[in-house]
Amino acid sequence: MATKISARNLNFFYGNHQALFDNNIDIEANSITAVIGPSGCGKSTHLRIYNRIFELYRDQRASGELLLDGVNVLDKKVDVLDLRRRVGMIFQKPTPFPMSVFDNVAYPLRLHFKLSRAEIAERVEQALIGASIWDEVKDKLKSSGLALSGGQQQRLCIARAIAAEPEVLLMDEPTSAIDPVATLKIEELCLRLKEKFTIVIVTHNMQQAARISDFTGFFYKGRIEEFGTTEKIFSNPDKKRTEEYITGRFG
Amino acid sequence: MSYSSDLNRCRRPLFFRKLTDTVLRLFSFAAISVAVGGMGWILFCVLRYGVGVLDWGFLLNPSRPFGLPDNGIANAVLGTLLITGVSAAITVPLGIAAGIYLSEFGRHSRIAHFLRFSANVMMGMPSILVGLFVYIIFVVPCGHFSGFAGSLALGIIMFPVVMRTTEDMLAMVPYTLRESALALGMTRARTTLAVVCRSARNGLVTGVLLAIARVSGETAPLLFTALFADSWPNRFFSAPTANMPVLITQYADSPFPTVQSAAWGAALVITLLVLTLNIFTRMVFRERGQ
Ligand SMILES: Nc1ncnc2c1ncn2[C@@H]1O[C@H](COP(=O)(O)OP(=O)(O)O)[C@@H](O)[C@H]1O
Ligand SMILES: [Mg+2]
Repeated sequence: MATKISARNLNFFYGNHQALFDNNIDIEANSITAVIGPSGCGKSTHLRIYNRIFELYRDQRASGELLLDGVNVLDKKVDVLDLRRRVGMIFQKPTPFPMSVFDNVAYPLRLHFKLSRAEIAERVEQALIGASIWDEVKDKLKSSGLALSGGQQQRLCIARAIAAEPEVLLMDEPTSAIDPVATLKIEELCLRLKEKFTIVIVTHNMQQAARISDFTGFFYKGRIEEFGTTEKIFSNPDKKRTEEYITGRFG
Repeated sequence: MSYSSDLNRCRRPLFFRKLTDTVLRLFSFAAISVAVGGMGWILFCVLRYGVGVLDWGFLLNPSRPFGLPDNGIANAVLGTLLITGVSAAITVPLGIAAGIYLSEFGRHSRIAHFLRFSANVMMGMPSILVGLFVYIIFVVPCGHFSGFAGSLALGIIMFPVVMRTTEDMLAMVPYTLRESALALGMTRARTTLAVVCRSARNGLVTGVLLAIARVSGETAPLLFTALFADSWPNRFFSAPTANMPVLITQYADSPFPTVQSAAWGAALVITLLVLTLNIFTRMVFRERGQ
């Protein structure tokens, strides 16, 4: 299988505070990679390098290489707007925009492409179907995205993220603010989405990582302590600390 | 729940905790009553003394020198609408743009700190100083009072208010919303306009409205700029222009009871205008929000 993303000696700094140390990882295309580890170990920080969203903050800085299809996207020559179209992100709290359900999903389409109204409507519907929320919202496309329930809002955000057909989906604890039923829906959704996208998901939920991921990276104090197939990490990890974390002895 | 004997010995008496609770409740209730009561009293007085003079003639005729029949306030209402409207048209876009700069682009820059500091100073400045300032730099060089000079003075008062409320409202929008807009490939500018400002829309409108309502009653800055005239405000840029606050001030100063009642009537009208503006805008935006 092909490698989609490779991190090479990634270091990350919040001002003078170094949060990541020499992260190296290869993420396979069309797979789900789970990122686990105790709070504050740098999971979000690591993920936020992939779409360079950290650049919003002036005192944050990354060094090393992040190869997307072999091209180092941390290079300033890579256009960040185009990078972010290729690498979508879902956040912990749902973040629908203050506009209608339809416009939420149409926004990235109109942003990146010149499409006819009919094409937009068609693609919005496809994205909503893809995010398993079409049946719930097809009668209220015109009402505000903020009026949906938390789980629906999160799936709306997923629809919005996949509408412009990115290649990679980053999810930072996408189900931690959502009820168990909605969580299951999103997990099933991930399993379907990996046929089209490469998914990297941060999760605090060990069962979730075991249920849906193909590969798992265990982060500890800013380093990638262990990385391998989920099967291996969960049944027979090389490192003692990985095992302790997975069995719930710390974290 | 039962306590070990150790803890039981040193329990705080519930009585005092409940007493503090009661005292605090009573105190806040009293404070509210004073505030609401005061406002009610003022409204009551304005209504009681003002309602008698209200009739169509009063509302539709322009003001006339004392002693002439058919005295009204229509020119002052129009003048105030003009002065405040022009002022808002100039100031609101500038103030919102400056607020956007403070919140989104230059948050920690030196210019931003300086802007915030001077805005705070300006908001604390007696408004009569603003009137004098515009008098010296605009009215004197022009050689005449004008409604537009009044707009400038009100604008100087309104600008820091609009700027700071814009900044505060935008700062309340959670950062994850900006991040998710940027994560879709939006530029900073688009994120700001299409997502951040849109989220803060109700707050922005309310802020602007309060600023307009506040300056529409300002008297001191108009005394040196727009002044007053017993005529229609048809020479807004080149002649003294009638307006409500100065009309009320002058009429209230008059020794004649009929003129004094006209001042009450005018006060009632401007109160109703500001109230209507408030309620109307709130209703429109309450419906569209959410
Ligand atoms: N905005 C920030 N400024 C400074 N330090 C931060 C910031 N965000 C996170 N950190 C630090 O970076 C480390 C990793 O944080 P994070 O990536 O959020 O961890 P995780 O997502 O694994 O819980 C922590 O030590 C945290 O204190
Ligand atoms: Mg995190």
